[in-house]
Amino acid sequence: MTTTTAERPVGRSTPGAAPRGTPRRRPGRLRRAGLPYLLLLPALVLELLVHLVPMVIGIVMSFKELTQFYIRDWGTAPWSGFDNYRMSVDFDAPVGEALLHSFLVTVAFTLLSVGLCWLVGTAAAICMQDTFRGRGPLRALFLVPYALPVYAAVITWVFMFQRDNGLVNHVLHDQLHLTDQPSFWLIGDNSFWALLTVSVWKGWPFAFLIVMAGLQNIPRELYEAAALDGAGMWQQIRRITLPSLRPVNQVLVLVLFLWTFNDFNTPYVLFGRAAPQAADLISVHIYQASFVTWNFGTGSAMSVLLLLFLLVVTGVYLAVTSRGRRSADA
Amino acid sequence: MRSIRAAAVGAVTLSLALAASACGGGSSTGGGSNDEPTTLTYWASNQGASIEIDKKVLQPELDKFQKQTGIKVELEVVPWSDLLNRILTATTSGQGPDVLNIGNTWSASLQATGALLPWDAQNFGKIGGKDRFVASALGSTGAPGKDPAAVPLYSMAYALYYNKQIFADAGIAQPPATWAELTADAKKIQAEGKQALGAEGANVSENIHHVFVFAQQHGARFFTDDGKADFTDDGVVAAVKQYVDLMAADKVIPTGNAEYAQNQSVSDFAKGTTAMLLWQSASANLTSQGMSEDAYGIAPVPVQSGTPGTGTQVNSMVAGINLAVFKNTDNLDGATRFVKFMTSDEEQKILNKAYSTIPPVAGAQNDPAFSAPATAVLKNTLATSAAALPQVADESQFETTVGTAVKELFADAAAGRPVTTASVRAKLEKAQQQMPAK
Repeated sequence: MTTTTAERPVGRSTPGAAPRGTPRRRPGRLRRAGLPYLLLLPALVLELLVHLVPMVIGIVMSFKELTQFYIRDWGTAPWSGFDNYRMSVDFDAPVGEALLHSFLVTVAFTLLSVGLCWLVGTAAAICMQDTFRGRGPLRALFLVPYALPVYAAVITWVFMFQRDNGLVNHVLHDQLHLTDQPSFWLIGDNSFWALLTVSVWKGWPFAFLIVMAGLQNIPRELYEAAALDGAGMWQQIRRITLPSLRPVNQVLVLVLFLWTFNDFNTPYVLFGRAAPQAADLISVHIYQASFVTWNFGTGSAMSVLLLLFLLVVTGVYLAVTSRGRRSADA
Repeated sequence: MRSIRAAAVGAVTLSLALAASACGGGSSTGGGSNDEPTTLTYWASNQGASIEIDKKVLQPELDKFQKQTGIKVELEVVPWSDLLNRILTATTSGQGPDVLNIGNTWSASLQATGALLPWDAQNFGKIGGKDRFVASALGSTGAPGKDPAAVPLYSMAYALYYNKQIFADAGIAQPPATWAELTADAKKIQAEGKQALGAEGANVSENIHHVFVFAQQHGARFFTDDGKADFTDDGVVAAVKQYVDLMAADKVIPTGNAEYAQNQSVSDFAKGTTAMLLWQSASANLTSQGMSEDAYGIAPVPVQSGTPGTGTQVNSMVAGINLAVFKNTDNLDGATRFVKFMTSDEEQKILNKAYSTIPPVAGAQNDPAFSAPATAVLKNTLATSAAALPQVADESQFETTVGTAVKELFADAAAGRPVTTASVRAKLEKAQQQMPAK
């Protein structure tokens, strides 16, 4: 409000006070130069509120001893310096050891999941590249897992994975006789594969969608020329399709990596608040460290460490892939 | 020029409005007020078989309260999976309900946050005095020596539910009174092609309730007298092992139950595939799943030997729901009146009958409905052989860490891996190390 009242007299004096040249023009130029920034202000404030402030608060929390005794008025929580971090990365002690274990599980899970999502998605997109009868409905069908609400989709998988009356064991054990006895999927070591299955099932349609869009931009003439030169289908895929998709893949793999690494919904709905060790993904682990044990300081410290790790990975990834592309372009 | 100026003014106004609304989001964390004397928000826990059933039970009573006092109560039934998170979020933000149900085992943990109104003598006076409540129920309302953080609303106890038909078919005349008898009976039941005992192996809270009772029977506690975690005590290890051995060694609990966490064991019992179930106040739940009350019997939970009592003869935790007032309420008087209403003799009879629970209010217990054979066992257990879970601030962490350890041990047992004293101790040691350092 103060800004508007302050501006009004200046604005009114503009048309009347012609004789005084230089001092009059300066505020005018300032205003013209300032206007773009002024118009950017709402976006900036929103960005601050929605993005940066919560992040900064999270970082501040990680330096506090924020347990149940202080959450009601967490300004009063004592500062704990780097204690939360020290506890998180002390890999000889149980908390750090569990975090490291969870981190390694998450890395393995993410690599496998992203790899499989990309492979299945790309393969499907290439198969769907040529027009044929029923392509439209099939494409739509492929996108269903991506369009379903996460909770509904994953809870269905929970029922399918149940040992005694789930569909998975019914097929694997009762019908195909692949296992000696029905296996557990939601507890024990198999839970990792159950989680991976659901994650890939849920994630590949996105890869499919993006690669499909990328394929539209490859000129048909390239394939025709290659075919004239005698290139078979594999050579066309290797020499034309994949190199042309490179910029698309660069972004796709990064986005898939970040989403999968941070995925909370899938493991939480599958396993509840105490995930089996074999499938103890870091997002649920941090949730447990903060919400379930009511120690939000440690949880925040772990989150900040995760953020740093993801920043480093993203930075290195972009640097490496971009350099590769630049040298290829040159 | 004019439109540019308008845009600039708009931009500035919008920014200021955004900033102001963001800053104004929180509320003071001081005490309660009476700014809104005509409405109350009430978070009820899910007591019936479904949230819809809860609404049907509670809404007529809330309407009655509105008729008496003119205060409108907005009801929200919160599922158990969300309740603690919702309370924590409300505590952190200061934006919560006026009155809420809490699991009585959370009392001391939530008391430590300072988010709940302490029930000192003056506040108790407003609802008719502390003496109206049964002593065992008051034992689960907060840390000893402090003003309770909540008042008891419904009391529950564990009992052994058994399928009469299966017992008759297996030639078992009496429900088992000791664990040895239960194991022996299980063999007879399994010979008839039925499963013996159901359990929720992946449900962290259920695991805690059972191993707590086993620990009592082994003369062990999970916490020392000064509130320190003591999970690796020999008695505790033996207790946890005995519970998991019901699946691992005695084969009484089917291995499939290791992954149960959504009350599948209750469904199994209602369907007649399992002969026995250890559960708290299951009658209403079983009825809603279509099991006739004549089809099952209720007996006290077995003990090691002898009959249930105090000390090592304890056979149930003091289970139950407490009613708390959120300290930040903007209708303090109304909230207190609502607590008075809900704990009145008349309402206690209506509500506890609907939920097949026991009233923690002495004056309501003499209703003949609570002396029926089904509830008599529960009432008797609460009066003579139930113990309160540790009333320490770390209770919630204890439930998570030890409950998860038991879940992992069940997973081991189900996968055919041996469950030994050493493996139990190792899991409990890990659980203890995850507890907050003191």
